[in-house]
Amino acid sequence: MKTQTVLVSVDSSSALRGAKYFKKYLDECVDNFSLTDMVEVLETGSLGVYRDGVVIAIYPDEVFYEVKDKDDVEKIVAEHLLKGRIVKDLLIDEKLVKEKIHPSEKVNKEQRIVLRNTGVIDPHLIEEYIARDGYMALARALKEMKPKEIIEEIKKSGLRGRGGAGFPTGMKWEFTAKAENSQKYVVCNADEGEPGTFKDRLIMEGDPHSVIEAMELAGYATGASKGYIYIRGEYYGSIENIRKAIEDAYEMGLLGQNVFGTDFSFDLSVRLGAGAYICGEETALIESIEGKPGRPRLKPPYPPVEGLYAKPTVVNNVETFANVPWIINNGADKFKAIGTESSAGTKVFTLVGNIINRGLVEVPMGTTVHDLIYKYGGGVPGGKAAKLIQTGGTAGTFMNTDNLEVALDYDSAQNGASLGSGVILVVDEDGCPVDCAKTAMEFFAHESCGKCTPCREGTGTAVRILDKLSKGQGKPGEIDQLLMLADVMEQTSFCGLGQSAPIPLRTIVNSFREEFEAHAAKKPCGVCVYEEPKKKKKKKARV
Amino acid sequence: MVSDKEMQKVEEIVNGVVNDDSLEEGDVLINCLHKIQDHFINFVPVEAAEKVAGMLDMPESSVYEVLTFYTMFSVENRGKYVIRVCNSLPCHVTGGRDILAALKKELKVDFNQTTEDGLFTLEKTGCLGLCGVSPVIMINEEFYGNLTEEKVIDIINKIRNEESGS
Repeated sequence: MKTQTVLVSVDSSSALRGAKYFKKYLDECVDNFSLTDMVEVLETGSLGVYRDGVVIAIYPDEVFYEVKDKDDVEKIVAEHLLKGRIVKDLLIDEKLVKEKIHPSEKVNKEQRIVLRNTGVIDPHLIEEYIARDGYMALARALKEMKPKEIIEEIKKSGLRGRGGAGFPTGMKWEFTAKAENSQKYVVCNADEGEPGTFKDRLIMEGDPHSVIEAMELAGYATGASKGYIYIRGEYYGSIENIRKAIEDAYEMGLLGQNVFGTDFSFDLSVRLGAGAYICGEETALIESIEGKPGRPRLKPPYPPVEGLYAKPTVVNNVETFANVPWIINNGADKFKAIGTESSAGTKVFTLVGNIINRGLVEVPMGTTVHDLIYKYGGGVPGGKAAKLIQTGGTAGTFMNTDNLEVALDYDSAQNGASLGSGVILVVDEDGCPVDCAKTAMEFFAHESCGKCTPCREGTGTAVRILDKLSKGQGKPGEIDQLLMLADVMEQTSFCGLGQSAPIPLRTIVNSFREEFEAHAAKKPCGVCVYEEPKKKKKKKARV
Repeated sequence: MVSDKEMQKVEEIVNGVVNDDSLEEGDVLINCLHKIQDHFINFVPVEAAEKVAGMLDMPESSVYEVLTFYTMFSVENRGKYVIRVCNSLPCHVTGGRDILAALKKELKVDFNQTTEDGLFTLEKTGCLGLCGVSPVIMINEEFYGNLTEEKVIDIINKIRNEESGS
């Protein structure tokens, strides 16, 4: 057995920092120093520690380093691996790392359920997943539990959808189980497109089997025999790892006919998106799987009753699924004990924008915005102050810094901070609310599918008004017009896109009203460039 | 205009997809379009789309609807390199604004336009899920992160040099 193990995180973000290249060079160095019998170098998912460079971990010493170039790699091999001396200038604060990596009983420390295997196992090896109790929940369920008991357990756990809407997962499964039909489906929504969200990407890259196992559990619980994972077309790493995982699961008899020698059979295939944010809406996603343009359907009927090919269908988000095997293995009570009363368990947050540690963190529901930004996120870079914060994704709420103590869960939208998909976007003091509002609304205008008028025209109108304001050509009255527009869109749009696009618009105007008015009065903001309106061509007088 | 030889190739692609048993019914059209787009480098000519409709026995309007709905497909001839700049807030507030301005200036094009030499098409995209290394752009299937104005210009020049060398 090799005495030392080096883990290199090669998730998509790390890969762009040069992780694969460093891993290769690490292999070379280990070979050059004749350490191949002693040291094992492995690839893994995100290690949960975020720096500008690539993070690598050395076990059993539990030392974390940040690597920025080839010299750093060489130093670590020559000093740490060969001589056992810690390379201090590359070391990542040990205390912080230990708090983050090792779950502890204390509240506000990172607690890993969804990311339990990410950064610990090699996602390409099914054996490593199995060694960490992988597929045990499925085996237990198939041999010892009735489908009804699984649904009861999930209901009791209080697990709710992690994609944004927060519908109770157990109830969704129950509706599907009760719908009578010889063919039912399980669909995993991996069309992650909410700006600022990349949790599903890192789950699929770091622990693909947990999603597969959970989908099978859903299949057994609801009586479905076929599943689809709908992955965003640009998520090459996720697609590769999920496909490999499915292949291996089939080979080991963990997918396909008579799983674990029981009567239960389940087939799973991957479908790829082709670039449409709206496909994250469950009925639009179903349309897309059927090979059509992804436009949302009229609800009801909801997918548990009439979904894919008009059959009963469970649709859950990647993160929701990743919780399921843990709940079956550890029990609903243990899950329910984490988080808040309305919102059990943990949530994976993505910290983005002007924040020092940009990346993922998994913490109990009910963690405050302040802790996420300053405790886990390390604060704002360059010694600047935070000015504008958006929680929940681009469709989430904007807030100023008056309200940072709000605890995030499914109910916190009432207190001005929505949970959504778990994005914490920080904009520092140099940012401009009008510019941010314009960028957010441009996104919705681009992604609106055009099916209903309030959303198609409303998003476009909002962009035009905000564009005028940002150029110093707006009028004070137009700020109220934005708010009115938000009300109309919210009340009359066909689907979640048009109904939630007004949320950022209304909250940003209300939180930063003064600055909107300053733009209407052409006071300089430092970001927006005011222009004179283009003169309209004079019409020639008729003769 | 698409040559007869190219149309024959389209026919081969569609036949290949139709006869691929691993694909289900709902997957056929989108797969055909992806493969045809790869063949013509970054776009699907209207003639090819018409051919697909005929072969799959679908109304042309249905094929066109799918083709224009998803942003990954294009019916316009695009450059050899499609540059997609993330325009979402996490990139925007960490320097994405400057990257965009630098690209527009360097390439002398606006969104959805192609450079005179036919090399680059500039497009806007929603979040690519790489906000940990923002600002991010995508050139064909490659991602580039932690960008600055200088880095972006370097990347463009590197591609230009490769192309003029080959």
